[in-house]
Amino acid sequence: MKKAYLILEDGTVFKGNSIGADKEVISEIVFNTSMTGYLEVLTDPSYAGQAIVMTYPLIGNYGVTPDMESKRAWADGFIVRELSDIPSNFRSTGSIEEFLIAQDVPGISKIDTRALTKKLRESGTMNAMITTDENYDLDSCLARIKNYHITGVVKTASIDEAYTIKGNGPKVALYDFGAKANIIKSLTQRGCEVTVYPSDTKAQVIIDSNPDGIMLTNGPGDPAENVEIIQQLKKLYETNIPIFAICLGHQLMALANGAKTYKLKYGHRGGNHPVKDLQTGRVYISSQNHGYAVDASTLDESVATEAFINVNDKTNEGFSYTGKNIFTVQFHPEACPGPEDTNYLFDQFVDMMKGVR
Amino acid sequence: MPKNNELKKILVIGSGPIVIGQAAEFDYAGTQACRSLKEEGMEVVLLNSNPATIMTDKDIADKVYIEPLTVEVVEQLILKEQPDSVLPTLGGQAALNLAMELEEDGFLKRHNVRLIGTTSETIKKAEDRLEFKTTMEKIKEPVAPSLVVEDVEAGVAFANKINYPVVLRPAYTLGGSGGGIAHTEEELREILENGLRLSRVGQVLVERYIGGWKEIEYEVMRDNAGNCITVCNMENIDPVGVHTGDSIVVAPSQTLADKEYQMLRTSALNIIDELKITGGCNVQYALNPDTFEYCVIEVNPRVSRSSALASKATGYPIAKVAAKIAIGYNLDEIKNAVTKKTYASFEPMLDYCVVKFPRLPFDKFITAKRTLTTQMKATGEVMSISTNFEGALMKAIRSLEQHVDSLMSYDFTKLSEEELRKELAKVDDIRIWRIAEALRRGFSYDEIFAITKIDRWFISKFDNLVKMEKSLQEKELNKELLYEAKRMGFPDNVIAKLTNKTEEEVCSLRHEYHILAAYKMVDTCAAEFEAHTPYYYSVYDGENEVKESHKKKKILVLGSGPIRIGQGIEFDFCSVHCTWAFEAEGYETIIINNNPETVSTDFDIADKLYFEPLTPEDVKNVVDLEKPDGAVVQFGGQTAIKLTESLMKMGVPIFGTSAKDVDAAEDRELFDQILEECQIPRPTGGTVFTAEEAKEVANKLGYPVLVRPSYVLGGQGMQIAINDHDVDEFIGIINQIAQEHPILVDKYLQGKEIEVDAVCDGEDILIPGIMEHIERAGIHSGDSISVYPAKSISTEVKKTIEDYTRKLARSLHVLGLINIQFIVTPDDQVYVIEVNPRSSRTVPYISKVTGIPIVALATKVIIGEKIKDLGYTPGLQKEAEYFAVKAPVFSFEKIRGADINLGPEMKSTGECLGIAKTFEEALYKAFLGAGIRLPKHKKMIITVRDEDKAEAVEIGRRFEKIGYQIFSTTGTAKALNDAGVKAIPIKKLEQESPNILDLILGHQIDLVIDTPPQGADHSRDGFIIRRNAIETGVHVLTAIDTAKALIDSLENTNIRKLSLIDIAQI
Repeated sequence: MKKAYLILEDGTVFKGNSIGADKEVISEIVFNTSMTGYLEVLTDPSYAGQAIVMTYPLIGNYGVTPDMESKRAWADGFIVRELSDIPSNFRSTGSIEEFLIAQDVPGISKIDTRALTKKLRESGTMNAMITTDENYDLDSCLARIKNYHITGVVKTASIDEAYTIKGNGPKVALYDFGAKANIIKSLTQRGCEVTVYPSDTKAQVIIDSNPDGIMLTNGPGDPAENVEIIQQLKKLYETNIPIFAICLGHQLMALANGAKTYKLKYGHRGGNHPVKDLQTGRVYISSQNHGYAVDASTLDESVATEAFINVNDKTNEGFSYTGKNIFTVQFHPEACPGPEDTNYLFDQFVDMMKGVR
Repeated sequence: MPKNNELKKILVIGSGPIVIGQAAEFDYAGTQACRSLKEEGMEVVLLNSNPATIMTDKDIADKVYIEPLTVEVVEQLILKEQPDSVLPTLGGQAALNLAMELEEDGFLKRHNVRLIGTTSETIKKAEDRLEFKTTMEKIKEPVAPSLVVEDVEAGVAFANKINYPVVLRPAYTLGGSGGGIAHTEEELREILENGLRLSRVGQVLVERYIGGWKEIEYEVMRDNAGNCITVCNMENIDPVGVHTGDSIVVAPSQTLADKEYQMLRTSALNIIDELKITGGCNVQYALNPDTFEYCVIEVNPRVSRSSALASKATGYPIAKVAAKIAIGYNLDEIKNAVTKKTYASFEPMLDYCVVKFPRLPFDKFITAKRTLTTQMKATGEVMSISTNFEGALMKAIRSLEQHVDSLMSYDFTKLSEEELRKELAKVDDIRIWRIAEALRRGFSYDEIFAITKIDRWFISKFDNLVKMEKSLQEKELNKELLYEAKRMGFPDNVIAKLTNKTEEEVCSLRHEYHILAAYKMVDTCAAEFEAHTPYYYSVYDGENEVKESHKKKKILVLGSGPIRIGQGIEFDFCSVHCTWAFEAEGYETIIINNNPETVSTDFDIADKLYFEPLTPEDVKNVVDLEKPDGAVVQFGGQTAIKLTESLMKMGVPIFGTSAKDVDAAEDRELFDQILEECQIPRPTGGTVFTAEEAKEVANKLGYPVLVRPSYVLGGQGMQIAINDHDVDEFIGIINQIAQEHPILVDKYLQGKEIEVDAVCDGEDILIPGIMEHIERAGIHSGDSISVYPAKSISTEVKKTIEDYTRKLARSLHVLGLINIQFIVTPDDQVYVIEVNPRSSRTVPYISKVTGIPIVALATKVIIGEKIKDLGYTPGLQKEAEYFAVKAPVFSFEKIRGADINLGPEMKSTGECLGIAKTFEEALYKAFLGAGIRLPKHKKMIITVRDEDKAEAVEIGRRFEKIGYQIFSTTGTAKALNDAGVKAIPIKKLEQESPNILDLILGHQIDLVIDTPPQGADHSRDGFIIRRNAIETGVHVLTAIDTAKALIDSLENTNIRKLSLIDIAQI
């Protein structure tokens, strides 16, 4: 078994076995606490520029199933304690090991992922390198690792050309910032006709298409970096078109209205995060994947009121825009992976679009 | 919603005696809930008939009633105590059934008492088969095609429609009592008839058989606002067809993709929401391994065995949260006690793998069928945690204490390949060992899956273990191989065996390579948040997380492992109280235990909890790290005692009675010497190894003799032999397992059996009270009815007993607890028959009924305090002014093929208490608590051995007087009729109908008194009669003394006028 090394920017080195593609990678490493859904995680475009540690130790048990959230794997690297020897599931078409190789994703197994997670929890998200070169030079590696920044990932994670999925219901213009497949599916399943637009589409193009609603999706990277998109969203805000936004979309809409975002120490990634609907008091368990959050105090109440908060750390989880048919959430109502408790929000969006029509 | 301020005084109902399907998990749940309610300032009134529980301690509840769990008692208690609410969801099915009856007849409403934690509608929707089905159909949750039937013919007709095999599930029964799978009409008729009778409402569900599907469980919680969360899901390795209590279970699920996981999770939340449950709930699913098709098998609208397991597996305290919800809180208002940062409204994430393994009682019931079905048979379970499945499984196996330490522990090498293939289809407790053998022979995963339907992923994991065995046998034991073997959970002794090394060599090699156990924390959140619970498990593939702590003196308390017949919840009671006492004395406490059902493994009992097997190696790993100042072994039953020698080798001082003295009590020669010095008589006897030697001793003593192995608990393997033939047979059975210690053969003396527990500080003793057994010597003390204070021995004899106890305790240098059993012969001679210098089964009972906390006292004595300084006058304490009767409770109906005849080997699973001013009422309550509720039809059968005929006549006369019609076999009938007691003679089993069996099966008989002849009873007739009676729900008494006690209790007591005693006042 070929050895691999995980070198953190603080100089810590974990030695394990090489899995997946045999190549070196430098990335930002983040941990995900989901116990199932590793395939959805690997193919979630929001992970562009990041390598993922799975805190659950036994990964790959059910092999590769058709549960892809995009056409390819987006994670830069995959860090697990143990990769299953055999996949066992009626839908499995192969092993995760084969998948990682085919997708050119390097990884490391047989390391103490809990120790790594604790380190990330205590020191915050870090950059790291995965390499199979046992003669690595720590100092030069660290210099390169520290230099790593995630930039321009929304463009990479988005699509090149717009396309439409036909439907009989409301027409949705979906701004793809690196959208997960199940956001689109959640809309089409409700009968919507969805036109998916690249992230650099001008607002006017969307307005001119006269949609019943606009969907702003999830996506990777630092939200504040997307200056041009933010400008376009300002224009969309001014229209009366209903808008529903998830994750990065939620952050961008807030930024478009003058709010500030900040980087969380180690983010929220997993399928167990409680969010509270501040209007009803109801608590839902949500799927989450974000490293940045909106500072709710920077958004004036006359613009938007906080709709959801995280029960654990009280960070912002959603806004309802005052006087507008706009609501945005930080978490992932489309699940995949994770709990389906908040998928009623898609119904709410459809109702909103129908109400306006 | 915050706390409901209208609630001030809550009646919590416990689950009663331990029976198969309802065990220690409810003590854990109840204790946690009571503490949680008291923390909120509630006044807690507790009702539970089980004195061995921690929940019935006066420090747990404000008022404690150890009374039978019947509607009449609860009603009288409500009138007496006037609680404003009743919480029934923590006492298992027993408490839920009581709540239903109270609600249905309007009692609660009339007295303005509210049901909290659930509603009767909820219970009905979940428990009533028809309502459940309708409810599931309403919310479009699939259930297997089924029909509720109330008679056999309807069942047969429906089965013909949906085709065999069919599953049968009686409504409102424990642990699937009376259920089963029928492959033919004949089987259907048999099981259905039985099930209809056992069901409280006479309903049985006949259902499409979905055997072979994956069995998946979800533990979900819901609050008053409708917020729902999943605590944990679990996957049964044994597919549908084996009761989940008898299955090997893994948490979280391993073979489900997120799609399946979320599909079932969403379904579970839909169900809990529709049922409007406020608290915890367990939903069981069958999932087709080849499609997304699933069926809801069953819903338990309450805290359950699975929820105890889920709590321990995740660190999420389900019972505590359920109690808080019951008094009005919502999930997001309840802090997660583990992280202290997050709230109860989140879902635990595991970063480890948990395996639960059932503890089955086939070592006790050697004649019983080992087949596992939908009828639960396990008496207990063990749980283990590791970062990998193999490691968790290996730990679980060696935690069982059933002479198993690996997948090589059962030998199938003699089977031919064809035989093995055939045997793979057997569904029993040793199936995975057979699978391991098949893997060794090269059977493919597909073939094993085709036969067993166990998922290939699990089979591949078994195969990893088998491959490791082979590697260890064939390869050089280098660092990599040794590391990998340890990572996969191989204990040193197994590695040693496979590599032809000694265990010590393997251990020192490990130290040389620095392959040492490290400990990880169970924190509910996969390390996402900092946690504060010192709840650990060992791994070999990671850094150690245990923080150094050396501020206080450290004590290691060894738990008692899985619940089994002979070593039950009593020892957990002792371990927990010992831990609390050490804590009060300023010690840092460390518990090692592996039983997920118990209070001792709750994360806030000790300062540190190690959830680990109780083997010398696993204990040593903890010792090496913690370096405790001492260990106590006398409270953890035989499990802990067995570790004494190893602990001493590790250099850990044993607090309390020394190992040498414990040995002296077990070692025949040493003990005889002590007795001689003290001039205490014992029945004469000798020690032997072979049957020949045994017969020689027996003939010298004269039959009957008692034959038993030494160093066992619960009289395992103990028998009364009346001739050479018996001796041959019994020695043969004992020697099936290689004996390290000699076998004892003693003269069997008939007389009253007396038992005492005492605390000794090296000089003085404290005897809280003397207990007398109702049954004459010859029946195991755990199966006897025990009476405190002893009522039929003279003051002189009591003095002798006190004197002997003092002499023995001193001679054995007892520091802490000692338990002694005596026989008092009719001429008032006192003989010692057994001495155990440790805590015993009767410790919780005697502590509660005398109000003397002997575990706490023993603990103080162990660390050097003197009885005189603890506020007690040494010696036998003053007798109470009431009687307390402890009755054994059996689970015979669950174990097909087990003989219910009582003898020196213990068979009961639990106990209950009756306490009252008069002996008769106490006795009556004890019988009532044990489920013997008479009279009903006022018909009984008496068939006794010749020696008992005279007494049977008198008993018969008294039953006749209270209106009983008596049926008897020829000999007994003649004896009765000759003495003027009317008895109707009935035909024997082999005679034509209607015979004795028809009578029993006619559902008209209340009671069978059947005393079999002494010695090895091979009469098939007696066995069949007793089994049929038990399975028809008829009470069977096999000792004439028990029968006499029963009639004593029935003559003068009225169920509606019981006196209820708050034992917290004692």
